This record gives sequence, structure tokens and C-alpha cells, in this order.
Amino acid sequence: MNLLRLTAIEALKHMEEGTVSSLELTDAYLSQISSHDSEVSAYLKVTGAEARHEAAAIDAKKGERAPLAGLPTAIKDVLCTEGITTTCASRMLENFKPIYTATCVRQMMEADIVTLGKTNMDEFAMGSSTENSAYGPTRNPWDLGRVPGGSSGGSAAAVAAGEAIWALGSDTGGSIRQPAAFCGVVGLKPTYGSVSRYGLIAFASSFDQVGPITKNVMDAALMMRYLVGKDPLDSTSVAHPAEMKMPVKRDLSGIRMGIVKELVGEGIDPGVMTVFNDAVEKLKAAGAVIGEASLPHSDYALPAYYILAPAEASANLARFDGVRFGLRAGDTNDVTQMYEQTRSQGFGEEVKRRIMLGTYALSSGYYDAYYGQAQKVRTLIVRDFGQALDEYDLLISPTAPTTAFGLGEKTDDPLTMYKSDICTIPVNLAGLPAISIPAGLSGGLPVGFQIIGKAFTTPDLLQAAYSAELAFGFDKVSPLIEGRDQDGI
Amino acid sequence: MEYEAVIGLEIHVELSTESKMFCGCRVEFGGEPNTRTCPVCLAHPGALPVINGEAIRSIARIGLALDCSIPEKSIFHRKNYFYPDLPKGYQISQFDQPFAVEGHLDVTLENETFRVGIERVHQEEDTAKNIHAGESGRIAGSTYSMIDFNRSGTPLVEIVTKPEIHSPQVARAFLNKLKNTLLYLNVSDCNMEEGSLRCDANVSIRPVGETTLGVKTELKNMNSFKYIEKGLQQEIARQVELLKDGKRIVQQTVHYDVASGDISALRSKEEAHDYRYFPEPDLVPILASREFVEEIRANMPELPHARAQRYISGFGLSAYNAEVITASRELADYFEETIAHLDDAKTVSNWIMGELLGYLNATGQELSECKVTPEELAVLLGMIKSGQVSQNIGKDVFAQMCDTGSKAADIVATKGLTQISDETELEVLADRVIDANPAQVQQYRAGKQQVLGFFVGQIMKETKGRANPQVVNEILKKKLTG
Repeated sequence: MNLLRLTAIEALKHMEEGTVSSLELTDAYLSQISSHDSEVSAYLKVTGAEARHEAAAIDAKKGERAPLAGLPTAIKDVLCTEGITTTCASRMLENFKPIYTATCVRQMMEADIVTLGKTNMDEFAMGSSTENSAYGPTRNPWDLGRVPGGSSGGSAAAVAAGEAIWALGSDTGGSIRQPAAFCGVVGLKPTYGSVSRYGLIAFASSFDQVGPITKNVMDAALMMRYLVGKDPLDSTSVAHPAEMKMPVKRDLSGIRMGIVKELVGEGIDPGVMTVFNDAVEKLKAAGAVIGEASLPHSDYALPAYYILAPAEASANLARFDGVRFGLRAGDTNDVTQMYEQTRSQGFGEEVKRRIMLGTYALSSGYYDAYYGQAQKVRTLIVRDFGQALDEYDLLISPTAPTTAFGLGEKTDDPLTMYKSDICTIPVNLAGLPAISIPAGLSGGLPVGFQIIGKAFTTPDLLQAAYSAELAFGFDKVSPLIEGRDQDGI
Repeated sequence: MEYEAVIGLEIHVELSTESKMFCGCRVEFGGEPNTRTCPVCLAHPGALPVINGEAIRSIARIGLALDCSIPEKSIFHRKNYFYPDLPKGYQISQFDQPFAVEGHLDVTLENETFRVGIERVHQEEDTAKNIHAGESGRIAGSTYSMIDFNRSGTPLVEIVTKPEIHSPQVARAFLNKLKNTLLYLNVSDCNMEEGSLRCDANVSIRPVGETTLGVKTELKNMNSFKYIEKGLQQEIARQVELLKDGKRIVQQTVHYDVASGDISALRSKEEAHDYRYFPEPDLVPILASREFVEEIRANMPELPHARAQRYISGFGLSAYNAEVITASRELADYFEETIAHLDDAKTVSNWIMGELLGYLNATGQELSECKVTPEELAVLLGMIKSGQVSQNIGKDVFAQMCDTGSKAADIVATKGLTQISDETELEVLADRVIDANPAQVQQYRAGKQQVLGFFVGQIMKETKGRANPQVVNEILKKKLTG
């Protein structure tokens, strides 16, 4: 048995039956981390000793096992973990140890996960390749010369490389789905409000949402059960109205799926389109009723997003001022200089670019032309989705316009980099749930298939995604796991 | 040319809720620095604000007391600027959709009533407190600064008047009335020394008859209503002087030096901040449903005007007395407690107006410092009513009670101040003074009635004021004519 190929649900079964202990499972992942993470760089911090300690303690527990007992979990470094360095991949928070744990992480910990460590990301979740990390890029386990996507590139790469059984990511404009697509794993962005943001270091508050990155849809459904919930500490969170039922084996008979025509045209790589079209045929064969849907204003989604998200970010990142925690520049004469030096030294290029974009968009005299207009676009896109989802149960598109691109390929051109999120960003503007599942390979690299649902219907979305996953029959894993086929117990 | 002043006021009120505006930390003045803090009010990464429902109930009471309309939906905005006492780098405040709008408060000054319009009442949060090391306690010349976050996130309500006040006296009267109203509402302790009530004043002048506003200056953070009045007087005089000299008024913040009475410029508004307001995405809108507003209205505490009406119609107080007594909630409470022990509202109100307020004025004391409890005042007034002590002696006794805190009965007993009403005793005294002053007797009998006062005075002198004046009068009249 190759422990690294077990899904979370399979591993739980083995641990329950006693064929594998939590410590053995944890050790398998820690060993994979020590053999491969020097190349992949999925982790910013590995808490190996603590993880082994937790696993051993779980094994020693008498009585009924907690629901997620012993699952070796990677946590994106954007989530606060009490006493464990949380950097957001920024120099600004190089040695920052939070004094509390994010609600969603705490809920998972209460279900007895084992924390393997904190994963790499684009600094403050701003980016689509994990190259914006102050601590160096993460590499794609399928091809170490390529990026894993971003911003949750560390989490996606960790799962794809067998360095975690599953991982937590966060998605502001595609930061869970796009790296999941690039790394050939499953990534779910829940409906805005269904997972507490308390303890998630904010990038753009009205877009940010925490979600699972897993090996398959069932694992995502399982993790969601422990992520959702109304949190009294997050007023934008709500009790998820639909019960988080686990998907069952079922075909797609009668499910109406609309291909978003604006997201399959120009700008989508032909290889990606081939895999996408094949996948659509498989869905048809499974009974899905496929038609064409339209989001007429989706052309304006990217520009609107790059006004609104940086605007919110410009305020959210103001607290990194050197006064109370994190980096403080030395040798300054007054408080203004201290602010300038601290923020100049602490933030990377992309973060500075977005703070400036956002500050400009909110400035007196420009507010109406930028922020105000972008809000109107957002309303129109919400309306577009509403109309399309009146006609269809679900909307579908490729998750990203390309497969994983080469390291350094887009770093000099922010606009090209931003376009990597054209298929995912509209969903964040509307706050809807969406999942990326691997549909096949193009040029040896995974292609993600995006399914978008109605607000707060995540169980239905997961059910359809599970049926689609069965229909696609994608069973490839990255060479880093494949190479370990002979290992295990 | 005659000029008219135009004054608008901005008042910040710290609410006395149990907990802070957006977190569970306790609200309290002072204390060991940085002991009432949490990730939210320290703005640690990932922390989120949650609205304090009690603060919303308080601002609703304020809005209703100022006759504002309360829109069904109001929202919070972020007001962005960098300063060490502002941990998030933005203040959560309200901008174009405030909690309450378009109200007014009427103030009476020398029998004239002025209606002051209220532009808006909005909810926000207070900053932390910077403490500068060094002798002056000011930032200039200090070697380092410290920050106490205990105050960070305290609920703060901002009340903005329309520029409809035309004299410093009315501004002061408005502030007094507003403070009293807030105390009646029980939403803030309004302690100006501790900063729970702060006021900025905007002032401009224009020729009488002109309707457009002149260039305004701002007097900031004045720490007493008296100095706001004086500062405004000075600033108006300065502006008039400038215009008369053909000079220009510059929009700026000015400082009124309490000691010297001088006005100086602090900073020019031309380098004003761009606060880049935008809707706070971490919070949901405040929805003030009709039911909510009606529920608050139904449970409003009695306000000064209603209380005064009750005193006039229920207790027969004069309009003037009723207004003076209800002008302070504390004084009105004192009045009501006294009449709970002595059912004679008119006497009690006269004593409060005359003796109590007179004593407080003369000594500069606050009512809260007064040593005479309402119950003790009632006992004293009871003694006067029953004739145990005379009215005049009673006043002396009251002054001693105020000075020493002793009980009325003890003072009267130890000093032997009981009134003499016994006729036999007083007749003996009357005979004695009549015999001793034949010349005055003759004058009286010749028709000079006012000489009676001389004899009364003599008897009072003999008895050290303890003789019952009415009885003395009657005896003397009888004996002198008889």
C-alpha cells in the first residue's frame, strides 16, 4: 500500500480499522517532504516534531476517534495559527507568531487533524504563480520547471506531491481553483460567507474565502463539513443553509449544465480546449444536458476585480505599519519615515503595485470613475450569473486558460499574469461556489475543469462534481508520487 | 459693516457600553495600559470587527432624542489614514449613509428659543492613546512615544450640527443642553476631563444679510464649554478684525490658549487628508427596522422637557423653576428624592433654587460633591415647617450642613437653635424692650409704624434669632397699641 496515494477518506478507514496508525501516515508524509520539498518548496515551515507528537497522541487516545483524526494537513500560510509563525510569504511577517488560531483551522484541529506545516503562497495571496513569495517560488510537482499556480500554490503542490493528504487554501480571484488545476488536484471555493474568515489574513475582504484542496471530490466534501458554519467573530459568515451531505455514486441525468461561452473562446489555449471539449462529451454521456450560457459582462470582470480587490487590499494592508508587530525598519528619525521604510522593505513588488492601484482608485476625484464604476460592474455580473443560473443548474468552463506555465515566464508582465484568472475571477465577484477538478492532460500537464453552482448549494455542486469526476476517470498523479509506487508498507 | 457669526459644532461622545464597538474588550477609563485589548482592537492580522448591538441601541436613543429620522439602512465606511494610535490604518466610521439624520435641539437663552439643526449622528470607534515621553507630554521634544490601546475601539458617536448657531452664547447653551440630554439618556458619562465628551467648533463670519458662508476656521478639542464660548468670541473678533483690515481669512485649525486668551493657527486645511472612504466590507449594513425604532422610542427615558412639564402640571412648580431644576438630570433626581421624603414640592424647589444652588455657586462645588443628602434636606425643611426652627435659622443650619456634613437635628440641638414660640417667654422679653426704649414707644404711638421693626430686631438680638417672628410681631403690636 502506498500511503501517499491514499485519499483522506481511505486513510481514515485504514486508521479506523487499525491497518495504519496516525503516526505511520504522518511519517510517510514527513518522509516525502524531506525527500522532495527541497525541490518543490511547497512549505514555508514544516512542523514535523509537533506533527509526530500530535499523531502519536491521537494513536494513544482511547474510545471513538475524532472525525478527521490523524489526517496530515497542510495549511496555507495566510491562516493564523497560534504560536506557529504565519508569514503570508512576506518579509513583513517574517517572524510573526499569531496569538490566536483562525476559526476554520481551529474547527479542523478540534476534529483532530495533524498539522504538517504552513505552505508557500504569493505574498499576501496576491498572484497566480506563487512566484511572488518573499521566500522563493514553489515548483509544480508535474514539471519542476513550471509554476504550481497561485496564490495557494504551496498547498496545491503539497497535495500533488504527496506532501500532504489534503490542504487548506484561500481563494480571492481563483487562488484555490487555478493552482488546483495546474497541479491536477481538486480545489473548491465555497460560497462567500459559508466559511469564517476570522484568522484569514485579509487580501480583499469581500472576495476572500477559505476552501479545501484535495485529491478528489469526496475529500473536499468531507473537509467542507468541518469548515462551514456561522462564526460569531465574522459578521459576514452565515450558517450554511444546506446540510453538507456526502456525494453518492450517481450519473448526471437531467442536470442542466451551461458552457459559459465567454470563457471558452479567444484566449483559451487549444490544448486546454481539447481536454475541455472531451470532458463535456463525457458529461453528456453521463446524462448531463449541456447547452450554451452567457455572462455578457464577463469582459469587464477582470478590470473590475483589479479595482475592487486592490482597493480593499490598500486598507487591509495598512495595519502592517511597524508599530505593533512584524517588521519595523530601524534607523529612522520619525514616524513617517518609519512607516515609509518599513513598508518599502517589508512588501514585495506586486503587493506594492496593488496597494498603489487601490489607493489611486479610492482617491478623491477618482472614486466614482474607478471604485464606483467597478461596483456597478460587479452588480451586473451578479445579475448575469443569476440569469444564467436560472436557465442552468450549473455553469462550466475551463478553470484556467492555460496549463501550468514556466517559472519566470510571466513575471515581467503583470497583465498577462492577471489574465491567468479570467475564468475564475467572475465567480468571486458574484460570491458563488465553484470547484476545479482535473479533466485530463494536455502536453503532459493537468487541465482543470470548473463547475460553478448557485449560492449556498455546495452539496449539489459537490454531487455534480463527484459524478463528473467519475465520468472523467482521471487517475494520473504527479511523478513525485508515482515514483514512490514501490514504497509504503 | 455689521458681521454675523456662523457656527457649526461637531461633538464626539464616548458611549458607556459594557464592551467596545467591535470586540468584547471592556470599556473603562484609564487603568493599567494595554490590559483591555484583543486581536481585534490591536488590529492583528486576520481579526475582524463585529458590531456591538448595545452601542446601536444607544445611538438610536440619541437620534430619537434629537428628533432625527433614522433611515432603515445605514452602513459603515473605512476612513483611511496612518497614525500610531489607529491600529488598523483606518477608522471604522460612517460616511454618506449615517445612522441618523435631520434632527434638531431647541435651546432657550434669556427667554429666546433657538432651534439648532442636527445634520447627522453617526457611529464610529475611538482611537488608542499616544503617550509622549518627556516633560511636556507633547510630541514636540519627546524622546519616544508609547501607545495605550485600552481606549482603542471604544464606541464613539459623532453629532454634527448644521451651521445655524450665530453666537458663542447659544453654542454654549446648546452644548449644555446636549450634554444634559445625553446624561438623561444614560448613554455616556460625558466627562470632558476624561475625554468622553469632546467638541470641535467651525466658525465663519459674513456680512449681516448675506446668505453664502464665509471661509471657516476650526477650533479643536476644547476641554470645557466655557472655553468654547470664550474661544469662539476671540476667534470671531479676530476674523472681524481681519476683514475690516481688508485681509483674507484662511481655512485652518486654530488654537485658543486658555491662559493668555490668544488665538493661534495650528495647521492649514489646504494640506487636508484624503481619507479615501469606502464601504467597510467586513461588516453587514445596520438595519434599523420600524419595529426596532419604535421599541427604542417606547423605552426612551424621560427627557428634560417632559420632566419639566410634569413638574409644572403635577407639582405646581413655576416654569422657570421647573426648567432650572430639570436642566441637570442629577439636580432633578435630587429634587425628586427630596420630595419623596417631604411632600411639599414648592418649598423643596424654592430651597433647591435658592439655598442649594446658591451654595454650590458660591463654593464652586458640583452637586455630586454636596454633603447634604436629599433626605437630610427634607428633615431640615420639615423642622422649619413645624416651627421647630425659623426660616432664617434654617438657612444658617443648611449652610453648616453643607460645610460639615452634619445632620440638621444635631446642629440645632448642639447649638440650641430651636425656635422660641412660647408666648409667656416672649411677652416677658417684649415687656423688657418696651420698658427700656420709651422714646421709640412714643414714636410708634405717634403713628410711626415702622418702628415696630426696631422692637422685633431687639428681641431677635436677645434670642439670637430664635424667636418666632410671627408670634413676636403679634405680641408687640398688642402691647404697643394697648
